[in-house]
Amino acid sequence: MLILTCPNCGIAADETELHADGQAHITRHGAGASDDDLEEYLFMRNNPKGVHFERWRHVYGCGKWFHAARCTMTLEVFGTYPAQTLEPPKDLVAKIKKKRPDWEGFVK
Amino acid sequence: MSTRIQTGGRHLDRSKQVHFNWAGKQLTGYGGDTLASALLANGELLVGRSFKYHRARGLIASGAEEPNALVGLGTGAKFEPNQRATTTELFDGLVAKPQNAWPSLAFDVGAINKMMSRFFPAGFYYKTFIHPRFAWKHLFEPIIRKAAGLGAAPTEKDVDRYEYFYAHVDVLIIGGGIAGLASALAAGQAGASVLLVEQTAHFGGRAVVDGVDIDDEPAEIWVEETLAALREMPNVTIRNRTMGAGVYDHGYATVYERINDHLPEMITDHAPNMDAPRHRLWRVRAGRIVTATGAIERPLSFAGNDIPGVMLAGAVRDYLVNYGASVGDRVVIATNNDDAYRSAIALVEAGLDVPVILDARTTADGELPTLAREIGIRVETGKAISSVKGNKHVTGVGICSQAGEGAELEEIKCDAVAMSGGWSPVVHLWSHCGGKLNWDADQSMFRPDPNRPPLGYDGAGFVHVAGTANGYLDAAGVMEDAIKIGKLAAKETGHKPKATKVPSTFSAPENPIEPIWQMPQGMSRKLQMKTFLDYQNDVKVSDVRLAAQEGYQSVEHTKRYTTLGMATDQGKLSNINGLAILADSLNAEIPAVGTTTFRPPYQPISMGAIAGDARGELFKPIRQSPMHHWIDTNGGFWEPVADWRRPYCFQQNGESVGDAVTREILNTRQNVGLLDASTLGKIIVKGPDAGKFLDMMYTNMMSTLKVGRCRYGLMCTENGFLSDDGVVARIDDETFLCHTTSGGSDRIHAWMEEWLQTEWWDWNVYTANVTEQYAQIAVVGPNARKVLEKIGGMDVSADALPFMAFKDGELGGIKARPYRISFSGELSYEIAVPASQGQAFWDMCMEAGAEFGIQPYGTECLHVMRAEKGFIMIGDETDGTVIPQDLGLSWAVSKKKDDFLGKRAQQRSHMVDPKRWRLVGLKSVEPNEVIPDGAYAIDGTVRDNGVKHMIGRITSSYFSPTLNHAIAMGLVENGPERMGDIIDFPTTDGRVIKAEICDPVFLDPEGTRQNV
Ligand SMILES: [Zn+2]
Repeated sequence: MLILTCPNCGIAADETELHADGQAHITRHGAGASDDDLEEYLFMRNNPKGVHFERWRHVYGCGKWFHAARCTMTLEVFGTYPAQTLEPPKDLVAKIKKKRPDWEGFVK
Repeated sequence: MSTRIQTGGRHLDRSKQVHFNWAGKQLTGYGGDTLASALLANGELLVGRSFKYHRARGLIASGAEEPNALVGLGTGAKFEPNQRATTTELFDGLVAKPQNAWPSLAFDVGAINKMMSRFFPAGFYYKTFIHPRFAWKHLFEPIIRKAAGLGAAPTEKDVDRYEYFYAHVDVLIIGGGIAGLASALAAGQAGASVLLVEQTAHFGGRAVVDGVDIDDEPAEIWVEETLAALREMPNVTIRNRTMGAGVYDHGYATVYERINDHLPEMITDHAPNMDAPRHRLWRVRAGRIVTATGAIERPLSFAGNDIPGVMLAGAVRDYLVNYGASVGDRVVIATNNDDAYRSAIALVEAGLDVPVILDARTTADGELPTLAREIGIRVETGKAISSVKGNKHVTGVGICSQAGEGAELEEIKCDAVAMSGGWSPVVHLWSHCGGKLNWDADQSMFRPDPNRPPLGYDGAGFVHVAGTANGYLDAAGVMEDAIKIGKLAAKETGHKPKATKVPSTFSAPENPIEPIWQMPQGMSRKLQMKTFLDYQNDVKVSDVRLAAQEGYQSVEHTKRYTTLGMATDQGKLSNINGLAILADSLNAEIPAVGTTTFRPPYQPISMGAIAGDARGELFKPIRQSPMHHWIDTNGGFWEPVADWRRPYCFQQNGESVGDAVTREILNTRQNVGLLDASTLGKIIVKGPDAGKFLDMMYTNMMSTLKVGRCRYGLMCTENGFLSDDGVVARIDDETFLCHTTSGGSDRIHAWMEEWLQTEWWDWNVYTANVTEQYAQIAVVGPNARKVLEKIGGMDVSADALPFMAFKDGELGGIKARPYRISFSGELSYEIAVPASQGQAFWDMCMEAGAEFGIQPYGTECLHVMRAEKGFIMIGDETDGTVIPQDLGLSWAVSKKKDDFLGKRAQQRSHMVDPKRWRLVGLKSVEPNEVIPDGAYAIDGTVRDNGVKHMIGRITSSYFSPTLNHAIAMGLVENGPERMGDIIDFPTTDGRVIKAEICDPVFLDPEGTRQNV
């Protein structure tokens, strides 16, 4: 049972308070998109063994969506941040890089 | 024969006799007994039958690891199967019965399986599942079904109460032996909040049985003093009869407390005077978890090691010291380590006979073996048991050389065997969440690798292991380790450990163990077939060797193939021995073979504890409309709709459900009906960008909707598939009210929020789910307007309130918002009133409508009427693979909008394929024949795979009393182009129903009934 701290209300929430929804920072490809872009948008997801950026919602709390940077193998949580961004905050990326020198960095 | 001896029994209160019933016999024990110790004291050595061969089985162990003594406990609504006699405390009036035995323990028909044992080798199930099929169906399955199964399921509802407990602590310490106590003291003194749990009734663990001295006094004194000190600390909570069940991510743990299983009054009247529940499941979040769970003794693998009277050497000592019960008068000891000598010495000191100690090691000259020899016990080194004599109980053992193949050198009469294959640290809880193990070759055991712990959210290890569980078998090592770990856990949770003196702790030194995985070393296949690894699942040495021979190399595969370790004891005794045999068979090292995965719970916990309070009415709360009670008391026949209950129909005067539905339809079509539509989702969408937002959410254009008007809208996923529908009303320039399906309100509100928060966060839009703020009452039918006019208030005429308009006003003095929308094709008003006024308005409608023939109607009437009009229902006509265009709803999909959710996906080649199944109406050729819902249409051809080619399916199907004809809606290939064609729907009972393809709007296609 993971603990993630909601960046909106500051609560260190149990996983049962949260709703998980997969990979973060996906670009929406709507009307006019190419077949490849649409496929990428709808179906293609990263499945890393290691650092992963995820979408979560504090569904039984403040109701806000947020993002979490987490290691899928050790379950270490590097940080959480609001969902209103196109990429993870620079200081978080730097913190992860420091902890995981082999990490390739944030790739969209 | 096992019996009670005159002396000993630390836990016993010999002044208190306790009466209990075992297998129909009235027996007597003492206060402080477990069911196991009392059975032993009564000479009841035979406690169960094994799962596969129904072999006679006796007690092997004294604690949670016991594989054989599973019993059915209690009767009636208090009955519980698969309870361990070793962990069941005796109380007056206890009723227990053996399992897996029919007709009786002593004479068991299933034991015939034993004679067939050569037909039940490893992988038996897998092999016979495949072939011969005849033998499985007619020979094996009937026999196995009759004989198989552990215990019987209770037949009555559990009358006991269970609950959850939530706790947040700095340090959770699991295990109340000297390690757990010392850790708790160290952490508690540092100021950490500590929860210390012990699975048995007693603290102190093995140290108090094994003669450990602490500060030059028996360990028991230190245990009592330490407990007293801990109880003084406000930051320490202590629970006995409480087991650490599971360790999960980020410091989460489940802890299982058995509060009153040991209390006699519970059995008779469920303790009306006691407030506590039977069991508690603690859900603990701990900064650090310390597992001080000790070790479990390993059996030795020799032929006949499962015959009643063969027991673990430590258990023999436990029964003697704790309960004054002996397993036999003449006990042969078989061992590969010094610890078993403690049992030999204790037996002799209690006045019992130990004819010989068979030590498989070539030398045994440590302190304990020397002492054993000094008190006159015969010690044979390099020797082993060739086989145990006896059937239902031990009558003797054959002695052989450990190095040989089992040639018997001598037979020794005895009535019990105490065996010890060494000790395995209990690493389960460490491993539950990913803690890794190292193989310690010197001590022949897996022990936790402190460098590879389970990791918490901060990346630091959150589990520590202390004492014997950490691989320390000597008491001094245990004490030192435990204090160190207790301090570490406190420090890591932000506390400052105090400098303390480690109590001087002493246990007799022991010489190294010698790994002995089968006895004798070169045992023949014949002996292997009598040598049990897993007692509960009847897995033998020969089975594991056969699995290896058949190519099984992974321990996980071997486990499943042989069922080793898959019984309710989860291989606590068998796994290490089994994987050592596997390693030997594969010529591999033990660590290379590895262990199977340890999974929670450590021991089975009650289903009641898992459910807690979540049962009966509390299992899932029901959402109730403001008219719920009225419906309930006026013939409402409930059906679940999402979390709501809605009336399927209202039964009058004992009529059938079907008759009620027909009456409601005809009455609504001819007079007027009243529907509780409050369950429909209602979401306010407000803000300068609300129109723009809804244009994205819906397939139709919503931004052009005029204030005061309604529009039916469709919502799709980004994959293009229909997800919800409903009527949108524009309240003012910046405010819309979106109706959703009854099941969709929360989901659609979350869907809107997701897009607003994560994609278009710069758009000025707010949403609020106001579903429960309104009661929504539909007045439907030709007389609907008359009813409202009689109630009086706002103008509801066709001019003032035309079709697809709404207005705010007052009806009967109640603030009301009637919407002129219709899901039935009739003149219809859906009137929203404040939820608190819902019942009052409903009553008004019923009263005013009486002269116009008003009757309430339910969901089935609603469904039939909408099908008569060809209106789709989300979840009937849609199933997650259907797009609006399939349902003839292209008119509701905007071609003008640049974009909306699902637009691009609906342009994919498969979505525009003209061969997609599309919506049509279907009229049965035989007017009374209702086509089964979900039936497939076929065209008479057969596919390459031999399956009939399907060209469509039924999505909704009813008998229409209005049309006096069976009607259906369905999706059919080229359907709209095939009007008038007759197609075939085969049924599951072999008939074929013929139906004519027609327009899905069966009634009033011009809309004259609703538009008045
Ligand atoms: Zn929050």
